[in-house]
Amino acid sequence: MTDTLTVDGLTVHYATREGALQALRDVALDVPAGQIVGIVGESGCGKSTLINALLQLMPENARIAAGSVRLEGEELVGAPSRRLRDMRGRDISVVFQDPMTSLNPVLTIGRQMRDIQYRETCGNAEKLSRAAAMLGRVGLPDPEAKLDAYPHELSGGQRQRVAIAMAVLMRPKLLIADEPTTALDATLEVQIIELLKELQREIGCAILFISHHLGVIAELCDRVVVMYAGEAVEEGPVADVFLHPSHPYTAKLIECDPGRMKTKVALLPAIPGDLPDMTTPPEGCIFRDRCDKATDLCRTKPEALAVNGTHWARCHFAAEYGA
Amino acid sequence: MCIFGRGEKMLQYAFQRVLLALAIIFVAISALFTIMITLPGDPTTVLLGPRATPELRAAFRLSMGLDDPVLVQIANFWGRILSGDMGMDYNRNRPVSEAVFSALPHTMALVFGAIFWSATLGILLGAFSADNRNSWLDRVSGILSVGFIAAPSFVVALYSLLLFSVTLRWFPTIGAGEPGDLASRLYHLALPSFAIGLAWVGYVARIVRASMLETLGENYIRTARAFGLTRRKVIYNYALRVAILPAVQVLGVGIGGMLSSAVFAEIVFSRPGIGSLIYDSVSGRNYPVVMGSMLVAIGFFVTCALIADLVNAALDPRQRAK
Amino acid sequence: MMGQFRHSLLGRLLADPMAVFAMTIIVGLVVVAIFADAISPHDHTLMNLADRFAPPSSTYWLGTDNLGRDTFSRLAQGSRIALYVAIVAVSISGTIGLVLGMIAGFGPRWLDNLLLFIFDTLRAYPTIILALALAALLPRGLSTVIIVVVITSFSEYGRVVRTQTLSLKNAEFILAERAMGASAARIVFHHVLPNVLGPFFILAAMNLPVVITIEAGMSFLGIGVPPGTPSWGATLKDGFDYIRNTPWIIIAGGLPLILVTLGFTFLGEALRDQLDPKLRKSR
Repeated sequence: MTDTLTVDGLTVHYATREGALQALRDVALDVPAGQIVGIVGESGCGKSTLINALLQLMPENARIAAGSVRLEGEELVGAPSRRLRDMRGRDISVVFQDPMTSLNPVLTIGRQMRDIQYRETCGNAEKLSRAAAMLGRVGLPDPEAKLDAYPHELSGGQRQRVAIAMAVLMRPKLLIADEPTTALDATLEVQIIELLKELQREIGCAILFISHHLGVIAELCDRVVVMYAGEAVEEGPVADVFLHPSHPYTAKLIECDPGRMKTKVALLPAIPGDLPDMTTPPEGCIFRDRCDKATDLCRTKPEALAVNGTHWARCHFAAEYGA
Repeated sequence: MCIFGRGEKMLQYAFQRVLLALAIIFVAISALFTIMITLPGDPTTVLLGPRATPELRAAFRLSMGLDDPVLVQIANFWGRILSGDMGMDYNRNRPVSEAVFSALPHTMALVFGAIFWSATLGILLGAFSADNRNSWLDRVSGILSVGFIAAPSFVVALYSLLLFSVTLRWFPTIGAGEPGDLASRLYHLALPSFAIGLAWVGYVARIVRASMLETLGENYIRTARAFGLTRRKVIYNYALRVAILPAVQVLGVGIGGMLSSAVFAEIVFSRPGIGSLIYDSVSGRNYPVVMGSMLVAIGFFVTCALIADLVNAALDPRQRAK
Repeated sequence: MMGQFRHSLLGRLLADPMAVFAMTIIVGLVVVAIFADAISPHDHTLMNLADRFAPPSSTYWLGTDNLGRDTFSRLAQGSRIALYVAIVAVSISGTIGLVLGMIAGFGPRWLDNLLLFIFDTLRAYPTIILALALAALLPRGLSTVIIVVVITSFSEYGRVVRTQTLSLKNAEFILAERAMGASAARIVFHHVLPNVLGPFFILAAMNLPVVITIEAGMSFLGIGVPPGTPSWGATLKDGFDYIRNTPWIIIAGGLPLILVTLGFTFLGEALRDQLDPKLRKSR
């Protein structure tokens, strides 16, 4: 069976005054049908660029320099815009990070949920009742009344539920969740995670879940992809990657996760050093400058080395670390 | 419940704005009236002309209550206005209200004609520019917009009179057209209202372009596109709806400027209206008519600004929450 | 430090072609105003009845009017009136607006509301219509023009300054100053004023052509400059009265108004791009 999403060698450049900014370099990842795959990385690692590329909604100065994005085997890069538009919202849909700004402020919830069902041939009343049913499903009280509400009349958690309802309304094959809980507090976060799990089971869609929060990824996902400075550096089953990180960056990330701290510390630990300049990325391993285990070997670009089964890392010493 | 709550909030907002508008009209007119009656010089000279006999003046003083305290005079003035009496036009021996209300529709037609021009052309130009951002068409339309704004309305009126009416003879040079003949009225209205509206075409185009670009960068536009809505629908249905809000506001406030421009348009194109009525009254020192016209002009302007404000609140639910 | 600031601002303006275009026009206007007598080929008051309605020629570059006066000379002289009115009126209304705006922003709530109401009320007067009403009461002359401009425009400065002051009032660095016991005067002169001046000067630059237009408009209506004064508006009025005889007066008379407005508008926008920190991309 083909994977729901296959990304291969994806390279994206932004045209800037300082030259081409290489936001994504040779990124590969798979989202198997019915699975939840997490993407984790610091800000600036290319998560947003990846989402834009998956949706084929890129800023004007962005260009896919190489690679392919396939949804159930169908190539999206270079596909006619008509076809892409047809797939957006029906086959792929998204829940964006900030529920305060991702809903149109001057249209009612009902109008927005009706508009996205433009492919359906049924009448407006039917569309609205479907919308209300979905609002009820995602746990909003009094869903019929919510259809007449404007976004600013709802709380942040409610808006994110609306955004999720919109995203799953058309029963997509792939749901992209772009840090959907970052803007919410911890209790709401747990509820939203549970909701996503339930919906995934009901609809059977695959989910690509982007977050910088390791705890959430561990809780929700089957597999995880670790990204750093525009590259996927490690991928594997969640438990495997978190218990046996095979890339020094993943290991550092886990060390620095506040959720894992056993003792109280005055300052949160951070990985020393800065992200490399992406207009002229260094030769060899992308993490070399910040890696305390770097050797001369790291001046050459590491291949993706299998650690075991479906777990790999882009590090010359992957096998040693993962052991 | 939710709908009711929202309607109530809107009503409360509307009520506040109406009160403020009434207060503004009251204070603005009272201040002007006070200046008129307290200005150094004998008001009877001002109202009756320099050749009036002393007896006539004394009688007039008494009948107009000119010796009463200022506050009493203001109160009496508003008492008369509210009972529908705006005074007498002594020069032509008719009630001021008759003069003013026969002129007002002409000015309103002019202003609404100008709004029509600026809204249609301005929104089209602005949306088109934003849609084709940074193309040469966008640049040309940007330069045109600034040029429109920079040209003073009476210069535009004079230029268009000279070019289209005097030289090319496409449009009539004087008058407001045959009463009762809509086509003739519109024919006479087209050029003067265009002269007033041209500057606002520029303003509206610039505002719509800027707010459109801003709106297109918003997350909810990305959401709409991520759900596969067409580019046309997203631009002209979702973004434009948000982007014309500031234009509505600007046009509402701009009616004050348009009323000023209307004075020139009415004089340059020899049209009847509030502007030419005040102009003629000022040359004839006809104070009751000046006062009446001011009242109507300010009332009209404040009402329009109020309507624009309320329309905005109705279109933008966020506005009401503030 | 101030000199460095101005130097760098001027430097940045000179790098902007629109600003250069704008400054060229404005410098041109000032030069024409200063040397009006020297560059006028004829005495602008001289009535040469033999040359009435003369079209543009090498003698009369922009033709003559119904009294045989040279249009070019009258327009050159008109730049003096335009500049004079603009500078005086903008200084007065700007100063009033600056003071009232800071009072509104810093003062107690009731005073703020009162001043806001006054600003709103003054905005309700359509400028030219108010000018007509006041013209019926006041003597004809430039001082009446200036009074009308001040009445109708100081509220605009007031609003901008008030908004700016309010946003600064609760800024952290000002709260810190207050906590350390700085006097109100120190806060106003050291912190608020410098931060308010940017938007204030942008508005002033944008308002100069508006004032010039109001003066020309009032003079066009015969309620501005005294009869015979070569204001641009008065010249246009002469052209309008004889539109079929002297169309060149209308064409030539409108151009300086359009050019000057373009110049100041572009300058205002260039200033806004440079002075408004929110719009400035990077230093």
